[in-house]
Amino acid sequence: MVSANTDLTYNSKIEGDVIVSRADAVINWIRSNSMWPMPMGLACCAIELMAVAASRFDISRFGAEVMRFSPRQSDVMIVSGTVTYKMATAVRRIYDQMAAPKWVIAMGACASTGGMYRSYAVLQGVDRILPVDVYVSGCPPRPEALLDAVIKLQEKVKREHSARRLFSP
Amino acid sequence: MPSEEKPGSDSAVTAFKARFPQAVDRPSLDHPAVNVPAADIPALLKSLRDDSGFDMLADLTAVDWAEGASPRFTVVYHLYSTARHDYIRVAAGCPDDSAPVMPSVTALWPGANWHEREVFDMFGIRFEGHPDLRRILMWEGYPYHPLRKEFPLAGIDTELPDAEVAAETGAGLKPAPMMGGPFVASTGQINMTEAEPGAKDESWTERNEKPGP
Amino acid sequence: MATDFTFSDSAARNAAGEPETEKMSLSMGPSHPSTHGVLRLQMELDGEIVTKADPVVGYLHRGDEKIAENMTYNQFVPYTDRLDYLAPLANNMAYAIAVERLAKLEVPPRCQAIRVITAELARISSHLMGLGAYAIDVGAWTVFLYTFGEREKLYRLFEELTGARFTTSYTRIGGLARDIPGGWLGHVAKFCDEFPPILEETMKLLTRNKIFMDRTVGIGVISREDAIAYGLTGPNARGSGVPLDLRKDRPYSGYGQYDFDVPIGTGGDCYDRYLVRGEEMRQSVRIVRQAVEKFPEGPWFAADARKIFAPPKDKILTSMEELIQNFMLVTEGPQMPAGEVYFEAENPKGVLGFYIVSKGGGVPWRLKIRSPSFCNLSILPKVCVGALLADIVAILGSFDFVMGECDR
Repeated sequence: MVSANTDLTYNSKIEGDVIVSRADAVINWIRSNSMWPMPMGLACCAIELMAVAASRFDISRFGAEVMRFSPRQSDVMIVSGTVTYKMATAVRRIYDQMAAPKWVIAMGACASTGGMYRSYAVLQGVDRILPVDVYVSGCPPRPEALLDAVIKLQEKVKREHSARRLFSP
Repeated sequence: MPSEEKPGSDSAVTAFKARFPQAVDRPSLDHPAVNVPAADIPALLKSLRDDSGFDMLADLTAVDWAEGASPRFTVVYHLYSTARHDYIRVAAGCPDDSAPVMPSVTALWPGANWHEREVFDMFGIRFEGHPDLRRILMWEGYPYHPLRKEFPLAGIDTELPDAEVAAETGAGLKPAPMMGGPFVASTGQINMTEAEPGAKDESWTERNEKPGP
Repeated sequence: MATDFTFSDSAARNAAGEPETEKMSLSMGPSHPSTHGVLRLQMELDGEIVTKADPVVGYLHRGDEKIAENMTYNQFVPYTDRLDYLAPLANNMAYAIAVERLAKLEVPPRCQAIRVITAELARISSHLMGLGAYAIDVGAWTVFLYTFGEREKLYRLFEELTGARFTTSYTRIGGLARDIPGGWLGHVAKFCDEFPPILEETMKLLTRNKIFMDRTVGIGVISREDAIAYGLTGPNARGSGVPLDLRKDRPYSGYGQYDFDVPIGTGGDCYDRYLVRGEEMRQSVRIVRQAVEKFPEGPWFAADARKIFAPPKDKILTSMEELIQNFMLVTEGPQMPAGEVYFEAENPKGVLGFYIVSKGGGVPWRLKIRSPSFCNLSILPKVCVGALLADIVAILGSFDFVMGECDR
């Protein structure tokens, strides 16, 4: 399992079944490949989110099919659909309940910027109340676009300095 | 195609108008429509339901004719007859233009409960006799009635419904960035500049500053 | 459903030995897997029995009606997609016909046939989704995956026709966005052949399933009188025995020429509503088959509507008059006469009505959307009382509502 970059070093003749690596690499690898989404399925994008979870586009290839509706058990919140001001408080509350580390994917135009609903009741972008990691455009985005977002998030997670945050006081 | 009303329905509507002379004809492109005085709404609708066979309340809504018109608010009821498959439209103008009221019909149709709450939420029309008149689409403390004509589409600055979240995120209810859209041209303008496609709601554009707090 | 409690549990007794009862207030939603969107159900429970249920809606209120007052009729079509976002093509059609009634415009038979095919395919798609979500709520994962597999086939059909899987914005006032591509009808016919056996297989997993029947038979009963009094429409009303179907009672868009049955339930419980939806899917396949067989030739838009429907693209790009006409249509919108109309269409969720008040011009003065889910949900305070907490999920699933439509 030797990859092009030297994140992992492994030489079975010398170390045997011991893999020597950097803490960051291992932690990020584990995190990125088992990202459990908290589906904040609000509107039409939620249907595409369900399509991603169904058999044709299969998000479980990325370890993310465990769509638990409990924020305490999830890692990434996929905000799919229009966030209204009335709903914004619930979304923020749920985000606060998620345990660190947590990420946010703003799926679709309405979650990213308010979409085509420029009206008195719609929050113009969920990044007004949450820190967003990946924005997906589309109305609704194709399931492939959401999978691309998951891949981008995985790459983002792999670049994080997790060990520093985890092991430093 | 615009269906011709079946003879049974015509006679029901004619009989109804004969019973209640205060119901006058309302111009309509499709279904028979009448204007009635607001105070008579419960009695007339009851008669339509029981005697004329319009047993289902299809829709209950209101129209705001903008400031300057009187009556400013008209509440419109659409009734459907499940036996004859026809509609009738009943419209009543609210007596007071600044604090409009209308008698409630929840006693006749329990389904009117939510419709009237929505009309109250969007227009501010109070329904007398409604068991539980509170906002349904906007949150409880929202101060405005959005579908009134003077309310801008972009919205007006307000607080978020939850003070805790507002404090935590620093977010508030800000008017949406209309920025001159959606583009619609006004018909019948001789002056070409005025006829240019522009936003109907120009309260905030690149050239006009956002109205102050 | 009155139940006697005998509190033998000592923890529920106070110092004097009397049972201490207190009602619990439980808020279900707005983020909840079984609420099918952002519905909040504020309930008061006495143990496991619900004594009061107050649905709080409006978490998806986006201001569609106010937006409509600022846009031309054609600019509003994408917003109609997102009303009942499980069957966007059906909403598109209902809106287009409503505005065409305002203009007293007749679309040619080919356009009507295309609209009927797309609306019925949308009905199948919506009921499949309702079925899948309902099944997953009561615990049957497999059904969800099967129905989504079928919906992917439908998405492929929609994508071939309109360019989008899902929110299609396909109709225009006076016609459609484009004609059907070559070979599309063949694909539709192939779907109609492949779908019924899979539907039977999927429904066989639930229809005589003891667990499913225990969870749905006799639960959430709605009487006929209640259904009419609360304005219930669609499969919810038909499940309670109300024989209302606008496709038969007030045929529009050429529905009168197709031969199909309308299933009416007898019990008014969740199981009946489930069966009604299943049967409606079979009837929709029947309609689509007939529409494909009888598919007429001819124009797919109203050719005589110069101020309403845009002329063909090749004319726009070469001829001055058509160019100006297109410019006026895009900027000012389809010119409608002054007046009011109210048109209701039989959508998968119920009856979707559009009340349009026009003062002339291309922008409506008032557009009211009579949403079936809004009316269907208004009966929840009555139906939920007396039910067990676990049955609430079954009741909500059987209603098959969509918050995008309810809140607009």
